[in-house]
Amino acid sequence: MQALKCVVNGKDVEVNVDPSRSLVDVLRTDLGLTGTKKGCGEGECGACTILLDGKPVNSCIIPVMKAQGRNILTIEGLAEAGELHPIQEAFIEAGAVQCGFCTPGVILSAKSLLEEFENPSQEEITEALSGHLCRCTGYLQFYDALKLAAEKIAEKKKATYGYGG
Amino acid sequence: MTINESTGQALERERAGRTMKVAQHLFPGKIEECIEMLARYGGNARIVAGGTDLFLWLKEGKASAETLVDVSCIKEMKALEERSDCLILGPGLTHAEVASNPVVRRYFPALSDGCRSVGSPQIRNIGTLGGNIVSAQPAADSVVPLVALGAECEIRGLSGSRTELLEELFLGVGKSRVDPTREVITRIIVKKPEGKSGNAFARIAPREAMALPVINAAVQLTVDAGRISAARIVTAPVAVAPFRARKAEECLIGKQPGSIGDLKRAAKIAEEEAKPRDSLVRGSGEYRKALVKDLVEQALLRAAGSLG
Ligand code: FES
Ligand code: FES
Repeated sequence: MQALKCVVNGKDVEVNVDPSRSLVDVLRTDLGLTGTKKGCGEGECGACTILLDGKPVNSCIIPVMKAQGRNILTIEGLAEAGELHPIQEAFIEAGAVQCGFCTPGVILSAKSLLEEFENPSQEEITEALSGHLCRCTGYLQFYDALKLAAEKIAEKKKATYGYGG
Repeated sequence: MTINESTGQALERERAGRTMKVAQHLFPGKIEECIEMLARYGGNARIVAGGTDLFLWLKEGKASAETLVDVSCIKEMKALEERSDCLILGPGLTHAEVASNPVVRRYFPALSDGCRSVGSPQIRNIGTLGGNIVSAQPAADSVVPLVALGAECEIRGLSGSRTELLEELFLGVGKSRVDPTREVITRIIVKKPEGKSGNAFARIAPREAMALPVINAAVQLTVDAGRISAARIVTAPVAVAPFRARKAEECLIGKQPGSIGDLKRAAKIAEEEAKPRDSLVRGSGEYRKALVKDLVEQALLRAAGSLG
């Protein structure tokens, strides 16, 4: 067992882990963060996507100790003070959630994209979501949701910082 | 049934190997420290970079290690340095980092495009150049362009340091001459060709994302006084290592880079040289042979077009 120290959803976490396990297993079973899903367990489907220092990665093929000293965001860390994140709202409004298994991962990839580009092109959206398999939505609803989310985030910024902020 | 002693011992070793679990994951801060750790754990330790391949191999029992020596926190392993005659790439750079680097883009679009084709965005954020070299899959989209660019690797280990041509590091599918229990790649050196040069990468896969290539190809052309003075044409997977179409390369020497007929002829020769196998996953050998011609031709036309 090894001591793992990292930041998960803004909180310092210290936990003893078996270094042969994957990050997704520790997140789900030791930390109880079951919002992160495990589909293929081989880096193919994207269900286990989390943000590691802000970047989307497949947590199922990451040896858990790789999180040492790093910053992790899972779907549970998105809502603030009980209020959904604009991307989460947009996914609901655009009907982009069906069975929901791929959704946490897709939303985290969306977050990373919208942080890089305020107003991503269709091409950038398609590329950013290319590592996610969804067997329900047909993807078009994701694209609508991302565009809606970009608008919501821009509105929120305007409301917080005023015009031109 | 009796089992003679050596078979019994071998079985035991194998069984022990299968159950050998990762017991510690270490983060050396310097390359020297990393070599010391390999020495200390004598064969039971193994270098890990992104770990995306290794993690699955460990799970499937295709590899084993008690100690993982992680190089991703060593600063030099992530450096990218431009010199007057070459680029030096840290093997710990992720595919995403290489793909988005403007200096790499300017000199070696083949490498940018290759790195951008690896796996998915989530894989490109973890997987590294060095890791892909040591994984030794013949059609790795980041490695095929490096071979076309004539890259060299500096390797440091228990018995000192050496520099070798990347294309000579392949032993077989999944087998590299770099032994991750004894040594580590410390730099990847890509020379800027003298004079005018152009390079390009092309691939075809069943889908545009998260699919292994059916065929990929990378080329580099160097031009001197209006004539092609050097050509490198690499395609995969048609052999156990990235395949250099040497006859096709030779036939381009002395030709004008603007001569489309000559470029097409070279692609045809590459098709004749390459011997892709029938594959249930990738398609028939015949089909893939035709693709070698098409992709080499595309890459040559683009490389020649970029000469300006
Ligand atoms: S569960 Fe990780 S990619 Fe499928
Ligand atoms: S909503 Fe069911 S897999 Fe995407």
